[in-house]
Amino acid sequence: MQIETKKLTVGYGGKPLISGINLGVEKGKIVTLIGPNGSGKSTILKTITRHLERIAGVVMVDNRSIHQWNNKELAQRMSVMLTERVAPDLMTCFEVVSLGRYPYTNAFGRLTPQDEDIVMDSLRMVRAEELADHLFTQISDGQRQRILLARALCQQPEVLVLDEPTSYLDIRHKIELLDILRSLASRKQVAVLLSLHEIDLAAKISDWLICVQGDSIQLSGLPDQVFTDAQMKALYNLQTGSYNTLFGSVELSPPPGEPSAFILAGNGMGIPLFRLMQKHGLSFTTGILFENDVDFQVANALAHQVVSAPAFSLVDDVHILQAKQMIDRSPLFVHAGTPIGQQNIRCLELTEYAQSIGKRMLSKDAFLIGMDEAYKGGKR
Amino acid sequence: MNKARVTSAIRFQVVILGLLALFALGIVLNANTGTVNIPALKVFDIIFNGADAGSMESNIIWKIRLPRLLTAAVLGGALSVSGFLLQTFFRNPIAGPFVLGISSGAKMIVGFVIIFVVGAYGTIPPYLMVLAAFIGSMLIMGLVLFFSRHTKSMPMLLVIGIMVGYICSAITNFFITFAKDQDIANLTSWSMGSFSGAAWGNLGIICAIVGLSLLLSLFLSKPMDAYRLGEGYAKSMGINIRLFRAALIVVSSVLSACVTAFAGPISFVGIAVPQIAKLLIKSGKPLVVIPACFLCGAVFCMFCDLIARTAFAPTELAIGTVTSLFGAPVVIAMMISRKRQRT
Repeated sequence: MQIETKKLTVGYGGKPLISGINLGVEKGKIVTLIGPNGSGKSTILKTITRHLERIAGVVMVDNRSIHQWNNKELAQRMSVMLTERVAPDLMTCFEVVSLGRYPYTNAFGRLTPQDEDIVMDSLRMVRAEELADHLFTQISDGQRQRILLARALCQQPEVLVLDEPTSYLDIRHKIELLDILRSLASRKQVAVLLSLHEIDLAAKISDWLICVQGDSIQLSGLPDQVFTDAQMKALYNLQTGSYNTLFGSVELSPPPGEPSAFILAGNGMGIPLFRLMQKHGLSFTTGILFENDVDFQVANALAHQVVSAPAFSLVDDVHILQAKQMIDRSPLFVHAGTPIGQQNIRCLELTEYAQSIGKRMLSKDAFLIGMDEAYKGGKR
Repeated sequence: MNKARVTSAIRFQVVILGLLALFALGIVLNANTGTVNIPALKVFDIIFNGADAGSMESNIIWKIRLPRLLTAAVLGGALSVSGFLLQTFFRNPIAGPFVLGISSGAKMIVGFVIIFVVGAYGTIPPYLMVLAAFIGSMLIMGLVLFFSRHTKSMPMLLVIGIMVGYICSAITNFFITFAKDQDIANLTSWSMGSFSGAAWGNLGIICAIVGLSLLLSLFLSKPMDAYRLGEGYAKSMGINIRLFRAALIVVSSVLSACVTAFAGPISFVGIAVPQIAKLLIKSGKPLVVIPACFLCGAVFCMFCDLIARTAFAPTELAIGTVTSLFGAPVVIAMMISRKRQRT
């Protein structure tokens, strides 16, 4: 283990906030802390980086307690990327990154040619060579995070600690930054410990996840073990909405009330309609979905009720009966444009049924265009 | 891309050479201008060849003008570097000895000495005034340092400094209520600052204090550089923040206390000059800012003193009057341009 905590207790002003923290990161691995705001992710990281005094327990870096290393030795082994905003006056990106050489340079901070090479290498690693001579205060947020990451790399650490490195970034820069992290963890064999807000991204870049909530670490494990719908719901105390483990995405809560439409969906064609209904706060029912269909995942989160059939099976009488009952209860029947094949041929029966009872029917396009009118009409 | 760094190194050298040229010009102008004008060539002759020893010209130059212009230069430089260190400490461009109440503290103790000691004994030796001003300055910095242990917020500390300054002014005004008119006049003339008291003996002490502080500040330039990224990053690079901040504040207050002690409070040099120096060399790197800042402050104060002496001769202006007149607009311009940069 490059970095390890043993029965660590963290908190502010001598008051314990989280206790009994045992975590460890090996070379080339990425371990991520996730959890709601204010859960103490930052407190843990700040204690590990010695920005906060520990309350109990030990933090080992390179098999020695961080309190046994002197400042310089520790700085040569562990570097950080913090959440604090920095705005140095008249400082170029090269200069910012070169500060990473701090624990290695002489009393006046003179850079040797080797130091300069390491600075440029670090800039290259975060794909920001061309920013070297720009003023740090005049580049974008995404670029700044990359420069600060380059600074941390320039310190040539064995352990890299990052506190929410993706805040302030748009999705493209988030992905870019995490991508860089992933590749440098394996290329430079650095142990990376970070905290993230975005649970979907956390699942994708981490080798190990630690859920921080309450006064101890409730759960940690491989992303597959940690990321279950129920655990995410519990970790973030989701009252409304849900978390879809399969997609690693968050869904909003299903709209309340009686269903105002039955959507004949499948093959992913239903998703845009489901989302639209949700945005308008309209409850709906849908069917007949096979459980291996993407529509099924979203429908499960958003629909009032779903008629579903097991994967690779055929639609049977029970499904048809359930669907017909739903159609009866809804003022509107929408055909999402789902192709009909051998497996779901019986869905045609539903269309016929809706026609036969004189249900107001709409195609997908008509529905999307005239959502508002259709809704009013349907209500009447 | 190395080109840009080479360019900035050249820029630094050019600026330093330019400042040195101005410095030389300042020496000549200061030496030959005054109630008695002495031609520049004669000035050289007197200084380098010891010509006309014992003549009036020689006496004016050796006993009055030379110590005065050198004092102005060294103290001006010291004040600018002190301002730069304080701005680094407070991460605030308007931090300076004057703003932080250091001058008010010095004035308070000096006022106390003038009004009560002079009142009781009739006269005091000049070194006691110097000592009084030094004690006053250090007292205030000590107070600010004491409060800095209790608050981490630098703007808050700045406000505390300003408030302490007000308290000192109030106490000074309280003394003044019981003072004789003559003492009040003395205190007022002291509090506007002047290099007119310069003498070789003092200059020796000044050079020793300033030289040592300057050397220390150069050794602080590495952690200062890292500190520009904030306390958190500085700590992660292995800096002992407490020690560093204590060193920074001690060095800067010794510098400004030294200036206040020997020349009285001089406003705006500490705020304006570091900004000018940084803009000239287009860099904020302490290792290069400190020397540039010192030279720039030396030149600035020499020329301000020249104006103070000659503009309304034979009446001499207070040095604070001139530095404020030129320094304050610089600060205003700087604030406006900073704001524009951010938006």
